[in-house]
Amino acid sequence: MGTLRESLGERLRRSPLVLPAAALLVLLLVNVVVTPGFLALRVVDGHLFGSVVDILKNGAPTALIALGMTLVVATRGIDLSVGATVAIAGSVACTWIAGASDPTDPGTALVGIVLALGLALVLGAWNGLLVAAFGIQPIIATLVLMTAGRGLAMLITDGQIITVANPLFAELGGGFLLGLPVAVVVAAVMFAAVALLTRRTALGLLIESVGVNPTASRLSGVRARGIVWGGYVFAALCAGVAGLMISSNVTAADANNAGLWIELDAILAVVIGGTLLTGGRYSIGGTLLGALILQTLTTTVYTAGIPPEVSLVFKAAVIIVVFLLQAEKVRALLHRRRPVGERVATP
Amino acid sequence: MPEPVVAMRGIEIGFPGVKALDGVDFRLLPGEVHALMGENGAGKSTLIKALTGVYGLDGGTVTVRGEPAVFSGPAAAQAAGIATVYQEVNLCPNLSVAENILLGREPRRPVWQGGRIDRRGVRRRAGELLARLRLDVDPDSALGEHPLAVQQLVAIARAVDLEADVLILDEPTSSLDATEVAELFRIVRGLRADGVAVLFVSHFIDQVYEIADRVTILRNGRLVGEHLVAELPRLDMVAKMVGHELAVLADLDREPAAEVAGDPTVTPVLAARGIGRGGAIEPADLDVRPGEVVGLAGLLGSGRTELVRLLFGADRPDAGSLQVRGRPVRLRGPHAAVAEGIAFCSEDRKGEGVVGDLTVRDNIVLALQARRGWARRIPRRTADELVARWISALDIRPADPDALLRNLSGGNQQKCLLARWLITEPRLLILDEPTRGIDVGAKAQIQQLVAELAGDGLGVVFVSAELEEVVRLSDRVAVLRDRRKVGELPRADASVGRVMELIASGGGHLA
Repeated sequence: MGTLRESLGERLRRSPLVLPAAALLVLLLVNVVVTPGFLALRVVDGHLFGSVVDILKNGAPTALIALGMTLVVATRGIDLSVGATVAIAGSVACTWIAGASDPTDPGTALVGIVLALGLALVLGAWNGLLVAAFGIQPIIATLVLMTAGRGLAMLITDGQIITVANPLFAELGGGFLLGLPVAVVVAAVMFAAVALLTRRTALGLLIESVGVNPTASRLSGVRARGIVWGGYVFAALCAGVAGLMISSNVTAADANNAGLWIELDAILAVVIGGTLLTGGRYSIGGTLLGALILQTLTTTVYTAGIPPEVSLVFKAAVIIVVFLLQAEKVRALLHRRRPVGERVATP
Repeated sequence: MPEPVVAMRGIEIGFPGVKALDGVDFRLLPGEVHALMGENGAGKSTLIKALTGVYGLDGGTVTVRGEPAVFSGPAAAQAAGIATVYQEVNLCPNLSVAENILLGREPRRPVWQGGRIDRRGVRRRAGELLARLRLDVDPDSALGEHPLAVQQLVAIARAVDLEADVLILDEPTSSLDATEVAELFRIVRGLRADGVAVLFVSHFIDQVYEIADRVTILRNGRLVGEHLVAELPRLDMVAKMVGHELAVLADLDREPAAEVAGDPTVTPVLAARGIGRGGAIEPADLDVRPGEVVGLAGLLGSGRTELVRLLFGADRPDAGSLQVRGRPVRLRGPHAAVAEGIAFCSEDRKGEGVVGDLTVRDNIVLALQARRGWARRIPRRTADELVARWISALDIRPADPDALLRNLSGGNQQKCLLARWLITEPRLLILDEPTRGIDVGAKAQIQQLVAELAGDGLGVVFVSAELEEVVRLSDRVAVLRDRRKVGELPRADASVGRVMELIASGGGHLA
């Protein structure tokens, strides 16, 4: 029997990152052509400005949520409740700050942030409980919080849009750190932390193993439930941070609209990044690319002057092209071969 | 000699890096049962898939009833009268037996009455078919309620209704017990008498001698030969499959661990007292001492698997207690058992063992990594050394740690799973049907390994449906029947005959 290892070219062709990276590159090129100054960066007061910086900053919340979603999807799950968690986290922080004796004090902002993230962790633990301990299907289990969560946020804000004027809190969404927007720095740190944690520890292996075959993993001594649970808790934490970024950016909490449909964008980013919804192999880098593609697409719609009434159709068209190029059958057609999956070696 | 209904000539099929079939000829005559034999990876399944159009041919021709035939897939093959029943039943468990038999071909009401499915007609026609096969199954019952054996027979009934004149049975017996196999063979003989050509793939040599008229043997994708079964002695058949004389099969008797087997002064590595679970297994006692192989014998459904799952904490017992090396323990799950040095290879290799999309390396280190915890990753170099050592020790092929496990043959997957456990240096190894569905060569290697491991002081629980295998390997054989442990035989008394007596009578001297 010959080697089953693929050649380098074959690997590159099948690498999940090549396609999203190419798609992002094409999108950026389109922008450069349409808007000549697209790549230009300006430094004002030591802060970096420019279209690319805007894409990073506006895309940070979605990218963060997609990061958490990746780990959930890798273990065969899905989390529809992250949008609601975004709303709840913003509501908790803003309501606390607005109601405090000194709404502009940095300490107040810190307590608000801790409260919001703490509640996000509790919500994640709730999702994990339903899925990992009670065995409820993830899409149903997280639908509960998706629906109820916005109601909870409304209760917290009393149905009002709560505006705050706390300088420290405003930094999270609008401030700069080391010349970059704080939101970008926070997202980058979290991405780096997850990438490092999954590679340097065995978490990556255990997550993939649970995603590929949960029963076999459990029978090998992997604490599969704990890993699934952890995924939901982390996804909720990411959503909490994203919620703080979003509410800080507008210095207000909007229980109805903050993070609305963001779960779908996050899932889209994960899938564009090459992680299969059936679980198993996942790609943190792919997710990052996916989120950037989505945000660049949105920006392109504005900068290219595409009429708002066709902008969603334009987005959909681009996404369909990306997915078609990723589909095994289409790739096989392009390479004039039968699908690889059907021709593995003898069983 | 009648005209072959199927003739395949010079079939070639290649996969990336592998030549799966290399100029194979094959013919199938009407009214015969033709066995296809070979080790895992010999190309049996590939040949079937070449015939039914699952794979395109890289070379060679297929003729059906004298006409050249190229099928675009199994459906096209079926339309041409070639039906396949796979090892895993490909039917819908939620539909009724009748609906499954006639799925896609249901009798319909006349168009002027709406053209809908004629439910009564479905039931009647299915009933007729079942009666023809003398199968006592309620056509209205849901397929999923029935044991796998019945589901397989229903799949055959479906093929019969297609009026197929070629019936391919791909390892139909691997999960059936003796009576179920007899039932299957009765039906196959009836079909043969009706002139159907039956292609039968199996690992069980006894069954081939029982049912088949002719046998084609493949090895490494090449044709070894076609023989009349009656004219081919068993040892010759095995030798042709493996390619060399298999002295190891004849010479597997091992020195019994007589000094510890049953010696109450040696602390058992695992002692179960009255352990049971409602609906799965009645409370039972079992001791396993270091260096001892304890066999579990019993028919399918006798509670063998259920018992060992309790010993590993895979299921929670609702009665009894466990002691590990004299210390009472409560296993809160497999991870607790692994921490106690217990290892367990499930009978369901594909569903509960293999993590197919991960590499051989990741699969082998999985249990050890799980025991160390996620924070203490096994350094890459240590992992590479361990994996390389076990790949060569167990002769895993291909010897490529980066190959995905799902691309390996069944026997090699099983060796990887054994490596996954041996790497953890367990004190007790529970093997549930470790040799099921794997080829003769790998089987002998695994049996040899079990004997060696016990020689090194490991306690082994060995479960197998093949009584000969259990008796040959075990120091003690515990016999189960109807979810109850009915007796225990020391090595001196254990013979296939005695074990069968115990299974049949349900009595015996309880240990």
